[in-house]
Amino acid sequence: MHPAFSVIFLTTLIGVGQGLFLALYTGQVYALFQVLSAQGDHRFYAVGSVIVLAFLAAGLVASFFHLGRPERAWRAASQWRTSWLSREVIVLPLFMASVFMYGMAHYFGWNAPLFSLGETLQIDLIMLTGAIATFFCFALFICTGMIYACLRFLQEWHTPLTVSNFILLGGASGFALATAYAAYAAPELTGFYGKWTLIITLLAFASRLASLVRNHKLKPKSTLQSAIGVRHTKIAQKAQGFMGGSFNTREFFHGKSPSMLRSVKWIFIVLTFALPLVFLAWSLSINSASMLVLTFAVQYAGLIAERWFFFAQANHPQNLYYQAIS
Amino acid sequence: MTQLALVIDLNVCVGCHACVTNCKEWNTSGMAGPLSDFNPYGADPTGTFFNRVQTFEVGSFPNTETVHFPKSCLHCEEPPCVPVCPTGASYKRKEDGIVLVDYDKCIGCKYCSWACPYGVREIDEKQKVMKKCTLCVDRIYDQGLPEKERKPACVLACPTSARLFGDVHNPESEVSVAIRESNGYQLMPEWGTNPSNHYLPRRKTQLRIHDDQLVRADNPLKKERLLPKPDKNEPSLDDAISW
Repeated sequence: MHPAFSVIFLTTLIGVGQGLFLALYTGQVYALFQVLSAQGDHRFYAVGSVIVLAFLAAGLVASFFHLGRPERAWRAASQWRTSWLSREVIVLPLFMASVFMYGMAHYFGWNAPLFSLGETLQIDLIMLTGAIATFFCFALFICTGMIYACLRFLQEWHTPLTVSNFILLGGASGFALATAYAAYAAPELTGFYGKWTLIITLLAFASRLASLVRNHKLKPKSTLQSAIGVRHTKIAQKAQGFMGGSFNTREFFHGKSPSMLRSVKWIFIVLTFALPLVFLAWSLSINSASMLVLTFAVQYAGLIAERWFFFAQANHPQNLYYQAIS
Repeated sequence: MTQLALVIDLNVCVGCHACVTNCKEWNTSGMAGPLSDFNPYGADPTGTFFNRVQTFEVGSFPNTETVHFPKSCLHCEEPPCVPVCPTGASYKRKEDGIVLVDYDKCIGCKYCSWACPYGVREIDEKQKVMKKCTLCVDRIYDQGLPEKERKPACVLACPTSARLFGDVHNPESEVSVAIRESNGYQLMPEWGTNPSNHYLPRRKTQLRIHDDQLVRADNPLKKERLLPKPDKNEPSLDDAISW
Protein backbone atom coordinates (compact mmCIF):
# COMPACT_ATOMS: atom_id res chain seq x y z
CA MET A 1 0.00 0.00 0.00
CA HIS A 2 1.03 3.57 -0.54
CA PRO A 3 1.69 5.09 2.90
CA ALA A 4 -0.33 8.31 3.24
CA PHE A 5 1.19 10.75 5.69
CA SER A 6 -2.24 11.97 6.76
CA VAL A 7 -3.05 8.51 8.11
CA ILE A 8 0.46 8.02 9.52
CA PHE A 9 0.12 11.22 11.55
CA LEU A 10 -3.49 10.48 12.52
CA THR A 11 -2.70 7.06 13.97
CA THR A 12 0.56 8.04 15.68
CA LEU A 13 -0.72 11.34 17.14
CA ILE A 14 -3.92 9.94 18.61
CA GLY A 15 -1.85 7.01 19.91
CA VAL A 16 0.35 9.43 21.86
CA GLY A 17 -2.72 11.25 23.18
CA GLN A 18 -4.42 8.02 24.25
CA GLY A 19 -1.24 6.70 25.89
CA LEU A 20 -0.69 9.97 27.75
CA PHE A 21 -4.24 9.90 29.08
CA LEU A 22 -3.84 6.29 30.20
CA ALA A 23 -0.60 7.25 31.97
CA LEU A 24 -2.27 10.12 33.86
CA TYR A 25 -5.22 7.98 34.89
CA THR A 26 -3.13 4.92 35.77
CA GLY A 27 -1.17 7.05 38.25
CA GLN A 28 -4.42 8.18 39.83
CA VAL A 29 -5.83 4.67 40.07
CA TYR A 30 -2.59 3.55 41.76
CA ALA A 31 -2.99 6.41 44.23
CA LEU A 32 -6.64 5.48 44.80
CA PHE A 33 -5.60 2.00 45.82
CA GLN A 34 -2.80 3.59 47.84
CA VAL A 35 -0.13 1.68 45.95
CA LEU A 36 1.43 4.92 44.84
CA SER A 37 1.87 7.75 47.32
CA ALA A 38 3.05 10.39 44.86
CA GLN A 39 0.34 12.44 43.18
CA GLY A 40 0.56 15.44 40.94
CA ASP A 41 -1.47 18.53 41.80
CA HIS A 42 -4.66 19.39 39.93
CA ARG A 43 -2.77 21.66 37.59
CA PHE A 44 -0.59 18.74 36.48
CA TYR A 45 -3.61 16.69 35.39
CA ALA A 46 -5.51 19.63 33.90
CA VAL A 47 -2.54 20.68 31.75
CA GLY A 48 -1.92 17.00 30.97
CA SER A 49 -5.48 16.71 29.69
CA VAL A 50 -4.91 19.77 27.52
CA ILE A 51 -1.82 18.09 26.05
CA VAL A 52 -3.87 14.92 25.42
CA LEU A 53 -6.54 16.97 23.66
CA ALA A 54 -3.91 18.79 21.62
CA PHE A 55 -2.53 15.50 20.29
CA LEU A 56 -6.00 14.15 19.56
CA ALA A 57 -7.00 17.35 17.79
CA ALA A 58 -3.80 17.33 15.75
CA GLY A 59 -4.55 13.74 14.72
CA LEU A 60 -8.09 14.71 13.81
CA VAL A 61 -6.83 17.58 11.64
CA ALA A 62 -4.35 15.22 9.94
CA SER A 63 -7.17 12.79 9.16
CA PHE A 64 -9.05 15.45 7.22
CA PHE A 65 -6.19 15.67 4.74
CA HIS A 66 -6.92 12.07 3.81
CA LEU A 67 -10.46 12.87 2.69
CA GLY A 68 -11.39 13.96 -0.80
CA ARG A 69 -14.53 15.68 0.47
CA PRO A 70 -13.79 16.75 4.08
CA GLU A 71 -16.91 18.93 4.18
CA ARG A 72 -18.99 15.74 4.18
CA ALA A 73 -17.02 14.09 6.99
CA TRP A 74 -20.02 14.22 9.33
CA ARG A 75 -21.67 11.55 7.19
CA ALA A 76 -18.98 9.11 8.29
CA ALA A 77 -20.75 8.58 11.61
CA SER A 78 -23.72 6.84 10.02
CA GLN A 79 -22.53 3.27 9.34
CA TRP A 80 -21.37 2.27 12.83
CA ARG A 81 -23.20 -1.04 12.51
CA THR A 82 -20.80 -2.38 9.89
CA SER A 83 -17.81 -0.07 9.47
CA TRP A 84 -14.91 0.19 11.91
CA LEU A 85 -13.98 3.49 10.30
CA SER A 86 -17.40 4.84 11.15
CA ARG A 87 -17.03 3.57 14.72
CA GLU A 88 -13.68 5.35 15.01
CA VAL A 89 -15.30 8.55 13.77
CA ILE A 90 -17.84 8.28 16.61
CA VAL A 91 -15.50 7.14 19.38
CA LEU A 92 -12.78 9.76 18.79
CA PRO A 93 -15.00 12.78 19.64
CA LEU A 94 -16.52 10.86 22.57
CA PHE A 95 -13.03 10.19 23.90
CA MET A 96 -12.08 13.84 23.41
CA ALA A 97 -15.22 14.96 25.23
CA SER A 98 -14.58 12.63 28.16
CA VAL A 99 -10.94 13.74 28.41
CA PHE A 100 -12.19 17.32 28.36
CA MET A 101 -14.55 16.52 31.24
CA TYR A 102 -11.73 14.75 33.07
CA GLY A 103 -9.52 17.84 32.67
CA MET A 104 -12.34 20.14 33.79
CA ALA A 105 -12.98 17.99 36.86
CA HIS A 106 -9.31 18.32 37.75
CA TYR A 107 -9.13 22.03 37.00
CA PHE A 108 -12.15 22.88 39.14
CA GLY A 109 -11.22 20.28 41.77
CA TRP A 110 -14.50 18.37 41.66
CA ASN A 111 -13.24 15.80 44.11
CA ALA A 112 -16.16 15.54 46.50
CA PRO A 113 -16.86 11.79 46.86
CA LEU A 114 -19.95 10.76 44.88
CA PHE A 115 -20.14 7.23 46.24
CA SER A 116 -17.81 4.65 47.68
CA LEU A 117 -16.93 1.20 46.47
CA GLY A 118 -16.54 -1.17 49.36
CA GLU A 119 -15.19 0.36 52.56
CA THR A 120 -12.40 2.58 51.46
CA LEU A 121 -12.60 3.52 47.76
CA GLN A 122 -14.03 7.01 47.48
CA ILE A 123 -15.09 7.65 43.89
CA ASP A 124 -15.29 11.29 42.89
CA LEU A 125 -16.16 12.94 39.60
CA ILE A 126 -12.51 12.88 38.53
CA MET A 127 -12.22 9.13 38.87
CA LEU A 128 -15.61 8.61 37.23
CA THR A 129 -14.90 10.74 34.14
CA GLY A 130 -11.46 9.15 33.98
CA ALA A 131 -13.00 5.67 33.96
CA ILE A 132 -15.38 6.66 31.17
CA ALA A 133 -12.49 8.16 29.21
CA THR A 134 -10.45 4.98 29.73
CA PHE A 135 -13.27 2.95 28.24
CA PHE A 136 -13.42 5.21 25.19
CA CYS A 137 -9.63 5.22 24.99
CA PHE A 138 -9.46 1.44 24.57
CA ALA A 139 -12.51 1.49 22.30
CA LEU A 140 -10.65 3.97 20.09
CA PHE A 141 -7.53 1.79 20.03
CA ILE A 142 -9.64 -1.19 19.01
CA CYS A 143 -11.47 0.79 16.31
CA THR A 144 -8.24 2.15 14.86
CA GLY A 145 -6.62 -1.26 14.85
CA MET A 146 -9.68 -3.04 13.45
CA ILE A 147 -9.91 -0.61 10.51
CA TYR A 148 -6.79 -2.38 9.25
CA ALA A 149 -7.18 -5.79 10.88
CA CYS A 150 -10.64 -6.37 9.41
CA LEU A 151 -9.46 -6.25 5.78
CA ARG A 152 -8.94 -9.94 5.12
CA PHE A 153 -7.31 -9.39 1.72
CA LEU A 154 -4.47 -7.48 3.32
CA GLN A 155 -3.04 -10.52 5.03
CA GLU A 156 -0.24 -8.52 6.67
CA TRP A 157 -2.88 -6.57 8.62
CA HIS A 158 -5.46 -9.29 9.14
CA THR A 159 -4.26 -10.41 12.57
CA PRO A 160 -5.05 -9.56 16.22
CA LEU A 161 -1.42 -8.42 16.44
CA THR A 162 -2.41 -5.29 14.48
CA VAL A 163 -4.73 -4.25 17.30
CA SER A 164 -2.24 -5.13 20.04
CA ASN A 165 0.47 -3.19 18.18
CA PHE A 166 -1.72 -0.09 18.01
CA ILE A 167 -2.52 -0.34 21.74
CA LEU A 168 1.04 -1.04 22.89
CA LEU A 169 2.83 1.38 20.54
CA GLY A 170 0.37 4.16 21.37
CA GLY A 171 0.69 3.31 25.05
CA ALA A 172 4.50 3.29 24.95
CA SER A 173 4.75 6.68 23.25
CA GLY A 174 2.10 8.19 25.55
CA PHE A 175 3.81 6.92 28.69
CA ALA A 176 7.14 8.21 27.34
CA LEU A 177 5.56 11.64 26.94
CA ALA A 178 4.06 11.39 30.43
CA THR A 179 7.50 10.62 31.82
CA ALA A 180 9.00 13.68 30.14
CA TYR A 181 6.06 15.85 31.20
CA ALA A 182 6.26 14.64 34.79
CA ALA A 183 9.98 15.38 34.89
CA TYR A 184 9.09 19.06 34.52
CA ALA A 185 5.71 19.31 36.25
CA ALA A 186 5.59 16.55 38.87
CA PRO A 187 9.09 15.04 39.34
CA GLU A 188 7.93 12.57 42.01
CA LEU A 189 5.87 10.73 39.34
CA THR A 190 8.72 10.45 36.83
CA GLY A 191 9.96 7.13 38.15
CA PHE A 192 6.47 5.58 38.09
CA TYR A 193 5.77 6.63 34.49
CA GLY A 194 9.32 5.78 33.46
CA LYS A 195 9.06 2.19 34.69
CA TRP A 196 5.75 1.71 32.94
CA THR A 197 7.24 3.17 29.75
CA LEU A 198 10.01 0.55 29.94
CA ILE A 199 7.52 -2.26 30.44
CA ILE A 200 5.09 -1.14 27.71
CA THR A 201 7.90 -0.47 25.24
CA LEU A 202 9.23 -3.98 25.83
CA LEU A 203 5.74 -5.44 25.37
CA ALA A 204 5.26 -3.38 22.22
CA PHE A 205 8.60 -4.63 20.93
CA ALA A 206 7.52 -8.23 21.51
CA SER A 207 4.17 -7.68 19.81
CA ARG A 208 5.66 -5.85 16.81
CA LEU A 209 8.41 -8.44 16.47
CA ALA A 210 5.77 -11.17 16.48
CA SER A 211 3.89 -9.44 13.65
CA LEU A 212 7.15 -8.97 11.69
CA VAL A 213 7.91 -12.68 12.01
CA ARG A 214 4.34 -13.58 11.09
CA ASN A 215 4.37 -11.35 8.03
CA HIS A 216 7.73 -12.69 6.97
CA LYS A 217 6.29 -16.21 6.84
CA LEU A 218 3.09 -15.15 5.11
CA LYS A 219 2.13 -16.87 1.87
CA PRO A 220 -0.14 -14.83 -0.43
CA LYS A 221 -3.55 -16.46 -0.81
CA SER A 222 -4.18 -14.94 -4.23
CA THR A 223 -2.01 -15.73 -7.21
CA LEU A 224 -2.01 -14.62 -10.82
CA GLN A 225 -3.67 -17.98 -11.54
CA SER A 226 -6.65 -17.26 -9.29
CA ALA A 227 -6.68 -13.60 -10.35
CA ILE A 228 -7.40 -14.37 -14.00
CA GLY A 229 -8.53 -17.95 -13.59
CA VAL A 230 -6.00 -19.63 -15.86
CA ARG A 231 -4.34 -22.74 -14.52
CA HIS A 232 -0.77 -22.54 -15.69
CA THR A 233 2.44 -22.18 -13.72
CA LYS A 234 3.85 -19.59 -16.08
CA ILE A 235 1.75 -16.48 -16.67
CA ALA A 236 3.22 -13.09 -17.47
CA GLN A 237 1.39 -9.82 -17.81
CA LYS A 238 2.01 -8.10 -21.12
CA ALA A 239 -0.27 -5.06 -20.77
CA GLN A 240 -2.27 -3.56 -17.92
CA GLY A 241 -4.61 -1.63 -20.15
CA PHE A 242 -2.95 1.79 -20.13
CA MET A 243 0.50 3.30 -20.53
CA GLY A 244 0.26 6.10 -17.95
CA GLY A 245 -0.52 5.80 -14.24
CA SER A 246 -3.88 5.29 -12.62
CA PHE A 247 -5.38 5.20 -9.15
CA ASN A 248 -4.57 1.48 -9.07
CA THR A 249 -0.88 2.01 -9.72
CA ARG A 250 -0.59 4.93 -7.25
CA GLU A 251 -2.68 3.89 -4.24
CA PHE A 252 -1.55 0.31 -3.80
CA PHE A 253 2.20 0.46 -4.41
CA HIS A 254 4.70 2.15 -2.13
CA GLY A 255 6.96 2.84 -5.10
CA LYS A 256 10.18 2.39 -3.14
CA SER A 257 12.93 -0.16 -3.53
CA PRO A 258 12.98 -3.36 -1.43
CA SER A 259 16.24 -2.19 0.11
CA MET A 260 14.55 1.01 1.31
CA LEU A 261 11.77 -1.07 2.84
CA ARG A 262 14.35 -3.19 4.65
CA SER A 263 16.24 -0.19 5.95
CA VAL A 264 13.06 1.52 7.20
CA LYS A 265 12.32 -1.67 9.12
CA TRP A 266 15.68 -1.51 10.92
CA ILE A 267 15.35 2.25 11.42
CA PHE A 268 12.01 1.87 13.18
CA ILE A 269 13.21 -1.05 15.30
CA VAL A 270 16.15 1.07 16.49
CA LEU A 271 14.24 4.35 16.90
CA THR A 272 11.02 3.00 18.44
CA PHE A 273 12.44 0.35 20.73
CA ALA A 274 16.23 0.10 21.10
CA LEU A 275 17.21 3.77 21.48
CA PRO A 276 14.26 4.82 23.69
CA LEU A 277 14.93 1.89 26.06
CA VAL A 278 18.58 2.90 26.38
CA PHE A 279 17.79 6.61 26.65
CA LEU A 280 15.06 6.00 29.20
CA ALA A 281 17.16 3.83 31.48
CA TRP A 282 19.99 6.31 31.21
CA SER A 283 17.95 9.45 31.81
CA LEU A 284 16.12 7.89 34.76
CA SER A 285 19.44 7.03 36.35
CA ILE A 286 20.98 10.48 35.81
CA ASN A 287 17.63 12.26 36.39
CA SER A 288 17.73 14.34 33.21
CA ALA A 289 14.44 15.88 32.11
CA SER A 290 15.66 17.08 28.72
CA MET A 291 16.93 13.59 28.01
CA LEU A 292 13.39 12.27 28.60
CA VAL A 293 12.02 14.75 26.07
CA LEU A 294 14.62 13.43 23.63
CA THR A 295 13.49 9.87 24.43
CA PHE A 296 9.92 10.71 23.47
CA ALA A 297 11.00 12.60 20.35
CA VAL A 298 13.15 9.69 19.14
CA GLN A 299 10.38 7.20 19.80
CA TYR A 300 7.81 9.33 17.99
CA ALA A 301 10.12 9.64 14.98
CA GLY A 302 10.48 5.86 15.13
CA LEU A 303 6.71 5.47 15.21
CA ILE A 304 6.37 7.48 12.02
CA ALA A 305 8.82 5.08 10.37
CA GLU A 306 6.97 2.14 11.93
CA ARG A 307 3.64 3.29 10.53
CA TRP A 308 5.18 3.98 7.12
CA PHE A 309 6.52 0.44 7.09
CA PHE A 310 3.17 -0.92 8.29
CA PHE A 311 1.47 0.50 5.19
CA ALA A 312 4.28 -0.17 2.74
CA GLN A 313 4.60 -3.81 3.77
CA ALA A 314 0.95 -4.63 3.10
CA ASN A 315 0.65 -6.21 -0.32
CA HIS A 316 -2.78 -5.77 -1.87
CA PRO A 317 -4.04 -8.61 -4.09
CA GLN A 318 -5.09 -6.08 -6.74
CA ASN A 319 -1.38 -5.55 -7.43
CA LEU A 320 -1.45 -8.88 -9.27
CA TYR A 321 -3.30 -7.09 -12.06
CA TYR A 322 -0.72 -4.32 -12.34
CA GLN A 323 2.60 -6.07 -12.80
CA ALA A 324 3.64 -4.72 -16.19
CA ILE A 325 2.75 -1.51 -18.01
CA SER A 326 3.07 -2.76 -21.54
CA MET B 1 -34.10 -12.20 -6.66
CA THR B 2 -32.38 -10.59 -9.56
CA GLN B 3 -28.63 -10.31 -9.86
CA LEU B 4 -27.54 -8.53 -12.99
CA ALA B 5 -24.03 -9.30 -14.14
CA LEU B 6 -21.70 -9.64 -17.07
CA VAL B 7 -20.27 -12.84 -18.45
CA ILE B 8 -17.04 -12.35 -20.35
CA ASP B 9 -15.91 -14.97 -22.81
CA LEU B 10 -12.12 -15.08 -22.81
CA ASN B 11 -12.28 -17.48 -25.73
CA VAL B 12 -13.73 -14.74 -27.91
CA CYS B 13 -12.21 -11.51 -26.56
CA VAL B 14 -9.65 -10.11 -28.98
CA GLY B 15 -8.45 -7.30 -26.71
CA CYS B 16 -9.61 -4.45 -28.95
CA HIS B 17 -10.53 -2.09 -26.05
CA ALA B 18 -13.84 -1.16 -27.72
CA CYS B 19 -15.64 -1.91 -24.44
CA VAL B 20 -13.23 0.41 -22.60
CA THR B 21 -13.79 3.21 -25.08
CA ASN B 22 -17.55 2.90 -25.21
CA CYS B 23 -17.77 2.59 -21.40
CA LYS B 24 -15.73 5.76 -20.98
CA GLU B 25 -17.75 7.61 -23.62
CA TRP B 26 -21.11 6.69 -22.12
CA ASN B 27 -20.17 7.20 -18.51
CA THR B 28 -18.27 10.44 -18.99
CA SER B 29 -21.29 11.96 -20.73
CA GLY B 30 -23.89 11.08 -18.13
CA MET B 31 -25.58 13.31 -15.61
CA ALA B 32 -23.38 11.92 -12.81
CA GLY B 33 -20.54 14.06 -14.14
CA PRO B 34 -17.47 13.30 -16.20
CA LEU B 35 -14.90 10.61 -15.56
CA SER B 36 -12.04 13.04 -15.20
CA ASP B 37 -8.84 12.78 -17.21
CA PHE B 38 -5.60 14.60 -16.52
CA ASN B 39 -3.03 15.31 -19.23
CA PRO B 40 -4.94 13.19 -21.74
CA TYR B 41 -2.55 14.26 -24.51
CA GLY B 42 0.46 15.03 -22.29
CA ALA B 43 3.45 13.07 -21.16
CA ASP B 44 1.87 11.44 -18.14
CA PRO B 45 -1.81 10.84 -18.83
CA THR B 46 -4.08 9.50 -16.14
CA GLY B 47 -7.80 9.21 -15.66
CA THR B 48 -10.74 7.34 -14.25
CA PHE B 49 -12.07 4.27 -16.03
CA PHE B 50 -14.68 1.70 -15.07
CA ASN B 51 -13.30 -0.96 -17.33
CA ARG B 52 -9.81 -2.02 -18.40
CA VAL B 53 -8.59 -4.65 -20.81
CA GLN B 54 -5.37 -6.34 -19.80
CA THR B 55 -3.24 -8.84 -21.63
CA PHE B 56 -1.48 -11.88 -20.23
CA GLU B 57 0.81 -14.39 -21.85
CA VAL B 58 0.35 -17.94 -20.67
CA GLY B 59 3.12 -20.49 -21.11
CA SER B 60 6.60 -20.16 -22.53
CA PHE B 61 7.66 -19.81 -26.12
CA PRO B 62 6.78 -21.47 -28.47
CA ASN B 63 3.82 -22.87 -26.54
CA THR B 64 2.33 -19.54 -25.58
CA GLU B 65 -1.16 -18.25 -25.62
CA THR B 66 -2.34 -14.66 -25.34
CA VAL B 67 -5.24 -14.03 -23.00
CA HIS B 68 -7.01 -10.69 -23.22
CA PHE B 69 -8.67 -10.02 -19.93
CA PRO B 70 -11.32 -7.30 -19.49
CA LYS B 71 -11.68 -6.26 -15.86
CA SER B 72 -14.46 -4.21 -14.28
CA CYS B 73 -16.49 -4.31 -11.07
CA LEU B 74 -17.71 -7.88 -10.52
CA HIS B 75 -20.79 -6.81 -8.53
CA CYS B 76 -20.04 -9.39 -5.85
CA GLU B 77 -22.90 -11.07 -4.05
CA GLU B 78 -20.90 -10.57 -0.84
CA PRO B 79 -19.29 -7.22 -1.68
CA PRO B 80 -16.49 -6.56 0.84
CA CYS B 81 -16.38 -2.89 -0.21
CA VAL B 82 -19.90 -2.12 1.00
CA PRO B 83 -19.85 -2.79 4.79
CA VAL B 84 -16.58 -0.87 5.28
CA CYS B 85 -17.99 2.37 3.84
CA PRO B 86 -18.38 4.79 6.77
CA THR B 87 -21.02 6.97 5.09
CA GLY B 88 -23.26 4.44 3.39
CA ALA B 89 -22.35 5.94 0.01
CA SER B 90 -21.38 2.49 -1.22
CA TYR B 91 -24.34 0.14 -1.41
CA LYS B 92 -25.72 -2.92 -3.14
CA ARG B 93 -29.16 -2.53 -4.68
CA LYS B 94 -31.66 -5.05 -3.40
CA GLU B 95 -33.72 -5.13 -6.57
CA ASP B 96 -31.00 -6.02 -9.08
CA GLY B 97 -27.80 -6.59 -7.10
CA ILE B 98 -25.84 -3.75 -8.70
CA VAL B 99 -23.15 -2.30 -6.41
CA LEU B 100 -23.24 1.48 -6.65
CA VAL B 101 -21.63 4.57 -5.12
CA ASP B 102 -23.72 7.59 -4.21
CA TYR B 103 -21.42 10.37 -5.42
CA ASP B 104 -23.26 12.88 -3.22
CA LYS B 105 -22.50 10.96 -0.03
CA CYS B 106 -18.95 9.72 -0.72
CA ILE B 107 -16.26 11.48 1.32
CA GLY B 108 -13.39 10.11 -0.77
CA CYS B 109 -11.66 8.24 2.07
CA LYS B 110 -10.67 5.41 -0.34
CA TYR B 111 -11.33 2.77 2.31
CA CYS B 112 -13.65 0.81 -0.02
CA SER B 113 -10.89 0.54 -2.62
CA TRP B 114 -8.64 -1.00 0.03
CA ALA B 115 -11.38 -3.50 0.78
CA CYS B 116 -11.76 -4.61 -2.86
CA PRO B 117 -9.32 -7.41 -3.80
CA TYR B 118 -9.88 -6.84 -7.52
CA GLY B 119 -8.87 -3.18 -7.70
CA VAL B 120 -11.90 -2.10 -9.69
CA ARG B 121 -12.70 1.08 -7.79
CA GLU B 122 -10.97 4.23 -8.93
CA ILE B 123 -11.12 7.65 -7.34
CA ASP B 124 -12.07 10.57 -9.54
CA GLU B 125 -9.25 13.01 -8.83
CA LYS B 126 -11.36 16.00 -9.81
CA GLN B 127 -14.68 15.19 -8.20
CA LYS B 128 -12.80 13.55 -5.29
CA VAL B 129 -15.22 10.67 -4.94
CA MET B 130 -14.88 6.95 -5.53
CA LYS B 131 -16.21 5.66 -8.84
CA LYS B 132 -16.85 2.26 -10.28
CA CYS B 133 -18.79 0.34 -12.92
CA THR B 134 -22.55 0.93 -12.58
CA LEU B 135 -23.52 -1.74 -15.14
CA CYS B 136 -24.80 1.34 -17.00
CA VAL B 137 -27.69 1.60 -14.58
CA ASP B 138 -28.68 4.79 -16.40
CA ARG B 139 -29.33 2.98 -19.66
CA ILE B 140 -30.44 -0.57 -18.89
CA TYR B 141 -33.80 0.68 -17.55
CA ASP B 142 -34.19 3.58 -19.99
CA GLN B 143 -37.62 3.20 -21.58
CA GLY B 144 -36.60 5.77 -24.18
CA LEU B 145 -34.16 3.35 -25.73
CA PRO B 146 -35.13 0.45 -27.99
CA GLU B 147 -35.20 -2.73 -25.95
CA LYS B 148 -32.15 -4.29 -27.57
CA GLU B 149 -30.10 -1.25 -26.62
CA ARG B 150 -31.00 -1.49 -22.93
CA LYS B 151 -27.66 -3.10 -22.18
CA PRO B 152 -24.39 -1.81 -20.73
CA ALA B 153 -22.32 0.24 -23.17
CA CYS B 154 -19.46 -2.29 -23.11
CA VAL B 155 -21.76 -5.13 -24.15
CA LEU B 156 -23.13 -3.15 -27.09
CA ALA B 157 -19.65 -2.18 -28.23
CA CYS B 158 -18.07 -5.63 -28.24
CA PRO B 159 -17.51 -6.58 -31.90
CA THR B 160 -17.06 -10.28 -31.11
CA SER B 161 -19.92 -10.59 -28.62
CA ALA B 162 -17.51 -11.64 -25.91
CA ARG B 163 -19.64 -9.86 -23.32
CA LEU B 164 -23.02 -11.14 -22.24
CA PHE B 165 -25.36 -9.32 -19.88
CA GLY B 166 -28.23 -10.67 -17.85
CA ASP B 167 -29.59 -12.05 -14.60
CA VAL B 168 -27.31 -14.75 -13.22
CA HIS B 169 -29.96 -15.83 -10.71
CA ASN B 170 -32.39 -16.79 -13.45
CA PRO B 171 -31.31 -20.30 -14.51
CA GLU B 172 -32.81 -19.87 -17.99
CA SER B 173 -31.09 -16.58 -18.82
CA GLU B 174 -28.46 -16.38 -21.54
CA VAL B 175 -25.74 -15.68 -18.97
CA SER B 176 -26.74 -18.56 -16.68
CA VAL B 177 -26.78 -20.98 -19.59
CA ALA B 178 -23.37 -19.72 -20.70
CA ILE B 179 -21.93 -20.14 -17.20
CA ARG B 180 -23.43 -23.59 -16.86
CA GLU B 181 -22.56 -24.96 -20.27
CA SER B 182 -19.22 -23.29 -20.87
CA ASN B 183 -17.75 -23.67 -17.38
CA GLY B 184 -18.04 -20.06 -16.28
CA TYR B 185 -15.83 -19.26 -13.29
CA GLN B 186 -15.33 -16.50 -10.72
CA LEU B 187 -12.16 -14.52 -10.01
CA MET B 188 -10.25 -15.06 -6.76
CA PRO B 189 -12.77 -17.50 -5.28
CA GLU B 190 -10.50 -17.84 -2.23
CA TRP B 191 -11.93 -14.68 -0.63
CA GLY B 192 -15.56 -15.74 -0.56
CA THR B 193 -16.74 -12.56 -2.26
CA ASN B 194 -18.90 -14.57 -4.66
CA PRO B 195 -18.54 -12.29 -7.70
CA SER B 196 -21.61 -12.10 -9.93
CA ASN B 197 -19.59 -11.47 -13.08
CA HIS B 198 -18.24 -14.70 -14.52
CA TYR B 199 -15.56 -15.47 -17.06
CA LEU B 200 -15.76 -18.21 -19.66
CA PRO B 201 -12.43 -20.01 -20.11
CA ARG B 202 -10.47 -20.44 -23.32
CA ARG B 203 -11.77 -23.47 -25.17
CA LYS B 204 -9.97 -25.35 -27.91
CA THR B 205 -11.67 -27.30 -30.66
CA GLN B 206 -9.58 -30.39 -31.18
CA LEU B 207 -9.82 -33.11 -33.80
CA ARG B 208 -8.66 -36.42 -32.51
CA ILE B 209 -7.12 -38.70 -35.19
CA HIS B 210 -6.17 -42.21 -34.24
CA ASP B 211 -3.46 -44.16 -36.07
CA ASP B 212 -5.87 -46.67 -37.60
CA GLN B 213 -7.64 -43.78 -39.24
CA LEU B 214 -4.47 -42.98 -41.17
CA VAL B 215 -4.04 -46.55 -42.42
CA ARG B 216 -6.78 -48.21 -44.47
CA ALA B 217 -7.75 -51.26 -42.49
CA ASP B 218 -9.18 -52.98 -45.60
CA ASN B 219 -6.07 -52.55 -47.73
CA PRO B 220 -5.27 -56.05 -49.09
CA LEU B 221 -1.67 -55.10 -49.90
CA LYS B 222 -1.05 -53.71 -46.38
CA LYS B 223 0.92 -51.03 -48.16
CA GLU B 224 -0.24 -47.49 -48.86
CA ARG B 225 0.39 -46.67 -52.53
CA LEU B 226 -1.48 -46.21 -55.80
CA LEU B 227 -3.57 -49.22 -56.57
CA PRO B 228 -2.29 -51.47 -59.37
CA LYS B 229 -4.10 -50.59 -62.59
CA PRO B 230 -5.10 -53.27 -65.15
CA ASP B 231 -3.74 -53.00 -68.67
CA LYS B 232 -5.76 -50.83 -71.10
CA ASN B 233 -6.55 -53.80 -73.36
CA GLU B 234 -7.81 -56.05 -70.70
CA PRO B 235 -11.55 -56.28 -70.34
CA SER B 236 -12.90 -54.43 -67.46
CA LEU B 237 -16.25 -54.14 -65.74
CA ASP B 238 -16.70 -50.88 -67.64
CA ASP B 239 -16.55 -52.75 -70.99
CA ALA B 240 -19.28 -55.09 -69.92
CA ILE B 241 -21.72 -52.32 -69.14
CA SER B 242 -20.79 -49.48 -71.51
CA TRP B 243 -21.31 -50.25 -75.09
